[in-house]
Amino acid sequence: MQYLPNILFAIALIAGIGFFAMNIRKLTRNIKLGKDINRTDNKSERWKNMIKIALGQSKMVRRPFSGFLHIIVYVGFIIINIEVLEIIIDGIFGTHRIFQGFLGDSFYGFLIGTFEVLAALVFIAVILFWTRRNVANIKRFLSREMKGWPKNDGNFILYFEMVLMSLFLVMNATDLAFQQAGVGNPISQFIAPLFDGFSPETLHTIERTAWWIHILGILVFLNYLYYSKHLHILLAFPNTFFANLKPKGQFNNLASVTNEVKLMMDPDADPYATPETGEEEVVPEKFGASEVTDLNWVQLLNAYTCTECGRCTSSCPANLTGKKLSPRKIMMDTRDRLEEVGRNIDANGGTFKDDGKQLLNDYISPEELWACTSCNACVEECPVNIDPLSIIMDMRRYLVMEESAAPQELNMMMTNIENNGAPWQYNQQDRLNWANEE
Amino acid sequence: MIVPTMAEMMAQGKQPEVLFWVGAAGSYDDRAKKISRAFVKILHAANVDFAVLGTEESSTGDAAKRAGNEFLFQMQAMMNIEVLNGYEVKKIVTCDPHSFNTLKNEYPELGGKYQVYHHTQFIQNLISEGRLKIDETTLQGKRVTFHDPCYLGRANEVYESPRDLIRRLGVNLTEMKRNKSTALCCGAGGAQMFKDAEAGDKEVNVLRTEDALETKPEIIATGCPYCNTMMTDGIKFKEKETEVVVKDIAELIAEANNL
Repeated sequence: MQYLPNILFAIALIAGIGFFAMNIRKLTRNIKLGKDINRTDNKSERWKNMIKIALGQSKMVRRPFSGFLHIIVYVGFIIINIEVLEIIIDGIFGTHRIFQGFLGDSFYGFLIGTFEVLAALVFIAVILFWTRRNVANIKRFLSREMKGWPKNDGNFILYFEMVLMSLFLVMNATDLAFQQAGVGNPISQFIAPLFDGFSPETLHTIERTAWWIHILGILVFLNYLYYSKHLHILLAFPNTFFANLKPKGQFNNLASVTNEVKLMMDPDADPYATPETGEEEVVPEKFGASEVTDLNWVQLLNAYTCTECGRCTSSCPANLTGKKLSPRKIMMDTRDRLEEVGRNIDANGGTFKDDGKQLLNDYISPEELWACTSCNACVEECPVNIDPLSIIMDMRRYLVMEESAAPQELNMMMTNIENNGAPWQYNQQDRLNWANEE
Repeated sequence: MIVPTMAEMMAQGKQPEVLFWVGAAGSYDDRAKKISRAFVKILHAANVDFAVLGTEESSTGDAAKRAGNEFLFQMQAMMNIEVLNGYEVKKIVTCDPHSFNTLKNEYPELGGKYQVYHHTQFIQNLISEGRLKIDETTLQGKRVTFHDPCYLGRANEVYESPRDLIRRLGVNLTEMKRNKSTALCCGAGGAQMFKDAEAGDKEVNVLRTEDALETKPEIIATGCPYCNTMMTDGIKFKEKETEVVVKDIAELIAEANNL
C-alpha cells in the first residue's frame, strides 16, 4: 500500500503523455495530407527566425500591452517547467522536494522564489487577459468567427492557468517544512496565514491535494492542447522555422501551369499526340485549391498553429472596411475542415470517404476570397509567421482556372490582357502615345 | 518628348543603360501618363541613356496572377521574357511597384533574370552617383505625407528610398499612424483596381485617405500609379481637392527641379 501513490502517479503520467502522443501522431498525419513543398533550404536563416520570432517573441511586442503580458505568461510557462520536473521525480519516487537537498537551501530558495513571483505575475497577467477578452470590448475578440467554441476555448485556457497558478502557491503555502525553512516563499508566505489554526494533518492533506490537482491539471492541460488554439505553444516553433523566406510579394509560379504554357507556346508540340506506348496517360493536376488536401503541408501547419489572436484580421483593409473577409477565419476554417477530414479518415479505416463537402463554399465563400487586396498586412502582422494570403490565392486560382468563376469585371480585365496586352481595352499600337502628349 | 525605343536603339546598334518599363497604367491612364513623363524628364536631366519597349511592351500579368489566372500570367511572362531577352536587357526601372515586384521576383524562375529598380531607388542611385541634384527650395516647408505602396513596402521591404527622396525636397515629411510595414493598402491591389469592391461599410481608399488627412498634408506623395488613382479619388470623395494634392515622387522631383 505504501507505494500506491507512486503507482497511481506513474499510471496518470503514462496515460497523460500516451494520449498526448497519440493525438500528436494524428496531427502530423493530418498535416501530411497536404502537398509537399520544400522548406529546408537556408537552414541558418530558418533557425535564426525561429529563435527570434518563436523563442524571442519579437513580433509579439509590436502591440506592447498584450505583448508584454504574453511574455510574462510565456516566461512563466517555460521556467515553471523546472518545478514540474521536480514534481514528476517526487511523484515517481515518493520523495519530497528532491531538489531542495540536491541544490542546497539557498539556490533552491532562489529558484522556487522566482517561480512564486512568476506564478503571481502570470496570475495577474491572465486576469488582465480575461478582462480584455470579456469586458474591454476589443473589436478583434468580438468578430463573428469568435462566437461559441473559440471564445470559450480562450477563456478555458485562462481559467486553467489561474487554477494551476493558485494551486502551485497554495501547495507551497501549506507545506509547513517549506514555510519554516523561510527560503523561496516570497509570495506563499502571505498566503500561509490563511491556513493558521489548521492542524498539521489537515495542512498536509491540503498540501497533498493541491500537489495532486496541480500535476493532474498539468496533464489534463497538456491533452487539452490538441483540441485548442493553445497548440501554438508547441507549433509556433516549427511554424516559424518552415515559414516563407522569399519576399512577401513573390507568389509561386505553378509548375503544372508552366508545363502547359510551354507546350502551348512550343510550335513543334502536337496537342493531339497520343501518348507513347508504355507511357501512361497522366491525369492533369488540379489547378489551385478547393480542399485542404490541395494545400501544402506548411499551409496546414499554419492552420494548426493559429491561435486566433486576430491581429491579422484587425489589420486587414477589407475587414477594416466591413467586408466579409477575415484572414483569421480563413485559418480557422482550414483547421476545422482538416480536422473533419482527419476524423473522416479515422472513421473509415484509413481512407477518406466523400462527405460531399469541401473547404471552398462549405467553409470559405468566394465573396471572402474576392475581397482580398493581396496587401500582405495579415502576413506581416502574424506573430508566428502564418500566411493566410497564400491560401486565399490558391483558392482564387481554383475558382478561376478550374471553374471560370471570376467576377465578370475581372473576366473582362483578363480578356483585355489577352487581346490587348493591358487590363484596359486600348490598342497595343497606342502604347507609346503618352510620350507625345501634353 | 524624346523617348527612344529598344527597336530604334537596336537599329543603331546601341544598348541603352537601362530599360524603362512603363507598365499599362503608365502608358494608358491619363493620370499615370503624367508620372511617366515626369520620370522621363528626370532621366533626361540626369543624362541617362534609356529606352522603352513601346508597342512591344505588354502587361506583366501581375493583375491576372493575383486574380488567380496563373495561365494568363505565365503566358504574358514568357512573351515578355522572350522580348526582353531578345534585346539582352540587363537593367530595368519602373514607376509601378506591381511591375517591379513581378519582374524582380516572379520572372527569374521563368527565365527572365534582370536587375530591377523602382524609380525611387533608381533616382536615389542617380543622386548618390552625382548625376542628379534635387532643388530643395521650390517645395520647401510643404507638409507632405507618404503612402507606402504594398508591393514596394511590405512586399519588397523598400521603405527608405521614397522617404529619402522626399526629405531631399526640403519638405516637412509627416508619417501617417499606419506607415511602412503597417501601412494600409490603397484598395487597388490584388486586381481590386479592375472590379467593384465587395459589400462593406466603406471603401478602402476612403479609409486610407482619412489616415492621410489626419496628418493635415498639403501633398500626399505616392510611388505607385494605382495608389495615386485611389488616393486622388479619396481626396475627391472627401472634397479636399482644393487643399490637398496627390503627386508621385517623380512628379514632385520634376516640379522641384523645374523640369
